Amino acid sequence: MSLFELKFGKKKLKEEERQLQANNRDFNLQFEYANNSIKTSKYNFFTFLPLNLFEQFQRIANAYFLFLLILQLIPQISSLAWFTTVVPLVLVLAVSGVKDAIDDFNRHKSDKHVNNRPVQVLINGMLKEQKWMNVQVGDIIKLENNNFVTADLLLLSSSEPHSLTYIETAELDGETNLKVKQALTVTAELGEDLQKLTEFNGEVRCEAPNNKLDKFTGTLTLRGEKYALDNEKMLLRGCTIRNTEWCFGLVIYAGPDTKLMQNSGKTTFKRTSIDRLMNVLVLVIFAFLGLMCLILAIGNGIWEHDKGYYFQVYLPWAEGVNSASYSGFLMFWSYVIILNTVVPISLYVSVEIIRLGNSFYIDWDRKMYYPLNDTPAQARTTTLNEELGQIKYIFSDKTGTLTQNIMCFNKCSINGKSYGDVYDMSGQRVEINENTEKVDFSYNPLADPKFAFYDHSLVEAVKLNDVPTHRFFRLLSLCHTVMPEEKKEGSLVYQAQSPDEGALVTAARNFGFVFRARTPETITVVEMGETKVYKLLAILDFNNVRKRMSVIVQSPEGDLTLYCKGADTILYELLNSSCESLKEETTEHLNEFAGEGLRTLVVAYKNLEKDYFQDWIRRHHEASTALEGREEKLSELYEEIEKDLMLLGATAIEDKLQDGVPQTIETLAKANIKIWVLTGDKQETAVNIGYSCNLLNDDMEDVFIIDGSTSDDVLNELRNARKKMKPDSFLDSDEINIQFEKSSKKPKIIPDEQANGVYGLVITGHSLAYALEGNLELELVRTACMCKVVICCRVTPLQKAQVVELVKKYKKAVTLAIGDGANDVSMIKTAHIGVGISGQEGMQAVLSSDFSFAQFRYLQRLLLVHGRWSYIRMCKFLKYFFYKNFAFTLVHFWYGFFSGFSAQTVYDEWFITLYNLVYTSLPVLGMSLFDQDVDDRWSMLFPQLYVPGQQNLYFNKVVFVKCMLQGIYSSLILFFIPYGAMYNTMRSDGKAIADYQSFALMAQTCLLIVVSVQIGLDTSYWTVVNQFFIWGSLSVYFAITFTMYSDGMYLIFTASFPFVGTARNTLSQPNVWLAIFLSITLCVLPVVGFRFLKTQLKPTPSDKVLLKIKEAKKRPPPPSPKRRLRRTSTRRSGYAFSHQHGFGALIMSGRNMRPKSPFATTGTFSPNSDKYKHKGLAVQPQPFRCFDSSAEAGLVHRIPAWQMVWAQLVEGLPAFGGSGDPCLCGVSAVVRVKKTASSSLCVEENHEESPLYGWGAAGRHSLQHGSLIPEPARGQAGFALDYRWLCMLYSSCCSHAIAAALGFQLR
Amino acid sequence: MKNKTNFPSQEEEARPSRCPDNSAFKQQRLPAWKPQLNIVTVLSSFFLTGAFCLTVGVCLILSANSVREIQIDYSDKCSDCSKFRENSSNWNKECHCSVNFTLKEDILGDVFMYYGLQNFYQNHRRYMISRSDAQLLGRNVNIQRSYCAPFTTYKNGTPIAPCGAIANSMFNDTIDLFYNRNSSVVQVPLLKTGNSWWTDKNVKFRNPESYNLSSAFAGTARPPYWQKPVYLLDEGDERNTGYVNDDFIIWMRVSAFATFRNLYRRVRRIRHFADGLPAGNYTFRISYNFPVSKFKGRKHVILSTVVWSGGSNPFLGIAYVVSGTAATLAGFVITAIHLKLRKKKTYFQRQ
Repeated sequence: MSLFELKFGKKKLKEEERQLQANNRDFNLQFEYANNSIKTSKYNFFTFLPLNLFEQFQRIANAYFLFLLILQLIPQISSLAWFTTVVPLVLVLAVSGVKDAIDDFNRHKSDKHVNNRPVQVLINGMLKEQKWMNVQVGDIIKLENNNFVTADLLLLSSSEPHSLTYIETAELDGETNLKVKQALTVTAELGEDLQKLTEFNGEVRCEAPNNKLDKFTGTLTLRGEKYALDNEKMLLRGCTIRNTEWCFGLVIYAGPDTKLMQNSGKTTFKRTSIDRLMNVLVLVIFAFLGLMCLILAIGNGIWEHDKGYYFQVYLPWAEGVNSASYSGFLMFWSYVIILNTVVPISLYVSVEIIRLGNSFYIDWDRKMYYPLNDTPAQARTTTLNEELGQIKYIFSDKTGTLTQNIMCFNKCSINGKSYGDVYDMSGQRVEINENTEKVDFSYNPLADPKFAFYDHSLVEAVKLNDVPTHRFFRLLSLCHTVMPEEKKEGSLVYQAQSPDEGALVTAARNFGFVFRARTPETITVVEMGETKVYKLLAILDFNNVRKRMSVIVQSPEGDLTLYCKGADTILYELLNSSCESLKEETTEHLNEFAGEGLRTLVVAYKNLEKDYFQDWIRRHHEASTALEGREEKLSELYEEIEKDLMLLGATAIEDKLQDGVPQTIETLAKANIKIWVLTGDKQETAVNIGYSCNLLNDDMEDVFIIDGSTSDDVLNELRNARKKMKPDSFLDSDEINIQFEKSSKKPKIIPDEQANGVYGLVITGHSLAYALEGNLELELVRTACMCKVVICCRVTPLQKAQVVELVKKYKKAVTLAIGDGANDVSMIKTAHIGVGISGQEGMQAVLSSDFSFAQFRYLQRLLLVHGRWSYIRMCKFLKYFFYKNFAFTLVHFWYGFFSGFSAQTVYDEWFITLYNLVYTSLPVLGMSLFDQDVDDRWSMLFPQLYVPGQQNLYFNKVVFVKCMLQGIYSSLILFFIPYGAMYNTMRSDGKAIADYQSFALMAQTCLLIVVSVQIGLDTSYWTVVNQFFIWGSLSVYFAITFTMYSDGMYLIFTASFPFVGTARNTLSQPNVWLAIFLSITLCVLPVVGFRFLKTQLKPTPSDKVLLKIKEAKKRPPPPSPKRRLRRTSTRRSGYAFSHQHGFGALIMSGRNMRPKSPFATTGTFSPNSDKYKHKGLAVQPQPFRCFDSSAEAGLVHRIPAWQMVWAQLVEGLPAFGGSGDPCLCGVSAVVRVKKTASSSLCVEENHEESPLYGWGAAGRHSLQHGSLIPEPARGQAGFALDYRWLCMLYSSCCSHAIAAALGFQLR
Repeated sequence: MKNKTNFPSQEEEARPSRCPDNSAFKQQRLPAWKPQLNIVTVLSSFFLTGAFCLTVGVCLILSANSVREIQIDYSDKCSDCSKFRENSSNWNKECHCSVNFTLKEDILGDVFMYYGLQNFYQNHRRYMISRSDAQLLGRNVNIQRSYCAPFTTYKNGTPIAPCGAIANSMFNDTIDLFYNRNSSVVQVPLLKTGNSWWTDKNVKFRNPESYNLSSAFAGTARPPYWQKPVYLLDEGDERNTGYVNDDFIIWMRVSAFATFRNLYRRVRRIRHFADGLPAGNYTFRISYNFPVSKFKGRKHVILSTVVWSGGSNPFLGIAYVVSGTAATLAGFVITAIHLKLRKKKTYFQRQ
């Protein structure tokens, strides 16, 4: 993209104003506007090789090897055969090149896919199907329902009345509710008349392409008249047309100029901290290399002066060399070549391969696959894996990330009676789960099948014609601004402005008060099967101050009623005094609802007198036509009539959290990860969600709320908060303060500060704007980072990015941003790691993310399992890699002192070539792809294991120096043991042994075995592959050695393989093997001892945890009872509406009404309806997990019984059955088994929360409802539970007994 | 339950699920052996290694001590010759010197005779590459393109056979051993073949093919420091002359270090010497051709027997004993630390 923009920007100087004429390609072509094709690929067939090579040689290591290659071409310097450098370099370039090529090929493919989408373009009076990329500025195109908008269009006309067009902007800004656009009247007249459209020659002048999504200014000149254009008339690329049969649009911006593309921003290349460290280390190594070469060059100068000069009898100096110092100079470069392996060329390639492998594991993880919308996790960036193991700050979006953005009518209070809870026979409240029986709404043919309610008493009340209950639901079915849509008789779909409203109307629908149709004047409701048409007289619309809405309707009987719903705080003021006692009861219920984190509304009604209303409506009409002070007059009128209301009850809507969010947050907090929630929502909503997902809780010392409206206020609030958390931090003696005083200007890293308790911080977007200003930044960071939880509400997308940037700037920490909508894109791109929630409708977040998966709860697996493993693997890899290359290379250094500093290598040149590529690459790759210190379950159970990664303990400069020292030690052993063993001695058959070739073979064999043993020591998880790689590499070494040193090879390639016979003659000698054994012992044994003593004497916290795990495996503690995530109910009311102004005016004006019969089919609806079906499914949380029962069965047989049970309790794993039917088994009780492609099973499981309890409930429930008791599951692995076992489990109250029983059965 | 019956819809059934495969590999559940460092493995590795090293070390020292070796530095003793050789005009004149020594005891078994050089940098890179393996294989390849410089050709273009610095600097002293037995001097019979690797003799070195050797080398010239051409290296033995001459082959197998010894001759075990060298007085008679004084080199002649572990070098033995001792001691230290820690731990646990 950036390349394209660059090119584009150069070609055309900055566009000031855009000018175009409809249907006039020739005219528009002169401006050279971009056409609608997009290009994200980098190369084409011809430019690939030069461009890619150029890019690759920008890497310091690759450039270095090129430099070496050039050095090797100079005969005086060349100390190694050319192939020692060329072969690795070519291999490395080829591997990276292939990877780049594949990446670019995929980009080409996706570009092509987008560019080749068809669209109908008006050409010469005909609609022709064209590809997207051929669309040009000034074209008129026709879009149909559910089409993606092709480019940024000016809406000309549409099928709907008043040329309204509904669009969904999920991809653009993440909002899923519908938006309305309306065309100019003058263009709306064009309709669908192709003739008129062809003749349309309006000229548009507008601003140059920019990235402001909500702003557009321009003018349309048509037949000499000018019309103003604004954003309301624009359809932007990325939107989807909804509920509109067709519409026509004029292309204003195309391709890269569209707001979507302009907004996608530059994709910055993210690098991990290990990458940066690696670059530093490579430089350090270069310096070290230079030093070594310098020492050796000086040595050579001295040697040539002292000895070489005299040795010229037998070895004259090379041509052109006439002094010792010159010889030393040449030797410097020769040694640069020889010691080049200390800068590991294959390092980068290996690192890439490891990251790629670990990314694949993420893609493959069935525990991060979400079967409901068939979404596996995806590692979109394959270069950031180990960073996942170092996250310290998580920035999370709320809507769609923590919550499902689905509102459920959960509970209600009607006339002092609370509904919604389920009680068992003994009067105990029952936790609602999958198996709780739902209320049967089959009596109501219009009911929404996806709606779930569990309390049967409410249905009873409705059926018994309880008056308040009826009135309650009547209110819900009347008082709203929802639009119904009934494509097919009986299949109602509601289009609600806010999901809360939709939920309420749907609830009323299911309980028998079906809102079916509306016109500007009427509302049609099917009340308990009887169709009634209410006259809609007024909508007293919602706004942010009123926090309520009312409708005034006239029933068929002629009664005038005002129905009102709104926030409790507001409505309570407006109630009639007769409701006092009801008010108290309702308040109690409200508190209870709020305590559960539900969003509440109070509903009330009032019967109106005809005369009064006539008067009022007249005044209302006057006010609404008034020219001055219309708003005030109207609100006065509203207040006048919304008074003395009769309380009906309250509703409670659950803003459904995604599954497992509180548990995930708890686990992540244990891993010392700080979570910041950044949301565009209101403060109350955000805080409410904060409580319900366990971010905030009442155990906290305090939750600070920063809501200042001036810079000083904010500063004071922040300071007060900090004062409370850590009074010391204001003293001059505080370390950080001292630091600041020392150097006042440049931004520096602020170390972590410890607060004197657990605190939370809530800051509003308004205050945040001040806090993010220069002088308050530091204050904000210091205060916020001391809190365990930070919630920022009402923040803009830009602020989200700023907050992330702030933490990145002042904290030496790795940040992760997770979100689902387009408003999270900036934050996702800014953070070190961006995670997108996929499977939702908007794709923007996912497209710009580095990792994506469907559910927030997978984050803990991503970090604690994949991230941690990747980090550990990468660190182990780097440690070993540096070690092995140091041990390998430094032997040459020592040999220099014995060979006249002549740049003679110790090893055979082939060995040097193959050492990194063949002999040692696979074992270390094997380790870095398979190693695990503890398995995933323990990783999740002990989140503390994550902490070393955050502190970067496993690989840093100190560790590097240790590797280096170990390498130096090994190289000393590897040189001097063979040296000593060969010095002035002979073989057992009397022949000389100390020839160069024998020595080389001995040294390289020692080295190879030593590094192989070392990798064996480092590998803590020996899979078959590791065994194969390690033993294989050793055997390959011997095989290759014997082959290369064979007669045949020598006779064919005489010059290349001069070591003929060395292997046979040397490796048959006992003292050679004794020397090899001694080297291994001396290299490895100290390491063993040192490692063991370190864990004994100075165990790190993670060592202790590992020890604990080891002990836990041996003798298990009984599973600790899981703490219930329940909080005390402090009152937190949330008015469940978006903060936008309502749709009321639009409805009353009738502009959005269709003059058609409600059941007429309009437009095609196929993909859409699917989507809704799909959406509906998601109403019920149905967490799924996939596993192969046979594999799990294998596991089961190995682990002790208690552990099986525990594992089940923790993970909820078991579930078996034949395919198809639901069946009952184990903890998860009811499962649906779905055959997947691989014929493994995807099994649904129930909540992880309180599994033991859930189990009991499940079992009991199943027993109560005999229909659920399955036939014994069909023999899968032989540990399905049958009826008897369930009975036993149910009757047993002791978990140990259950465990034992289950275990026994399992075995 | 009801709400679930619409799942999975038929469309989803038709589309292949994207659910990842459930293979142990993809789910990272490959069965594995998980070795861990614990006190048992650590201590056993230390003690076992220690014991093994000590045993081997003692064996090595004992066997190395049983080796009989006599080393005589003759660069001082033949200082006249060495001075004589410093004058390069004397290159084709002979110079002899004798060195006497006495064996107090018999040397039993096979006795090997080595020449040793000190300070001779055969491992210098430029020296080491200065050869043409193809030429030594008897092939007519262009040695101009080999690394033989500056000993590739003479100024007149005649190629040098064998070319290169290694061949040119071949050790060409002749050393004979005489046994002074009851005032009669007996020359100790020495074997000059069979001293090199079989592969070198039969694979790596071959004479060019021709009806006779001198014609095979026609058109080439001897290396500048040589006194006779390559085909006359051992005039008596057709199979030991030219490139396949044992002395030449051994010299061409360059040493890894500047101090080295090469096998020169083996005592032929016949007559008086059937059991080895009997005690008595011996004389080395040396034809001194190889100048080393210029670069402060030294020359030795060595007589030695061998055992299973090679020569008399005690290094490996000592190293093994030291390592064995260190490993054992470390084992004890670790045991001590472990016991102490365990005590502390149980102490804390009791509290």
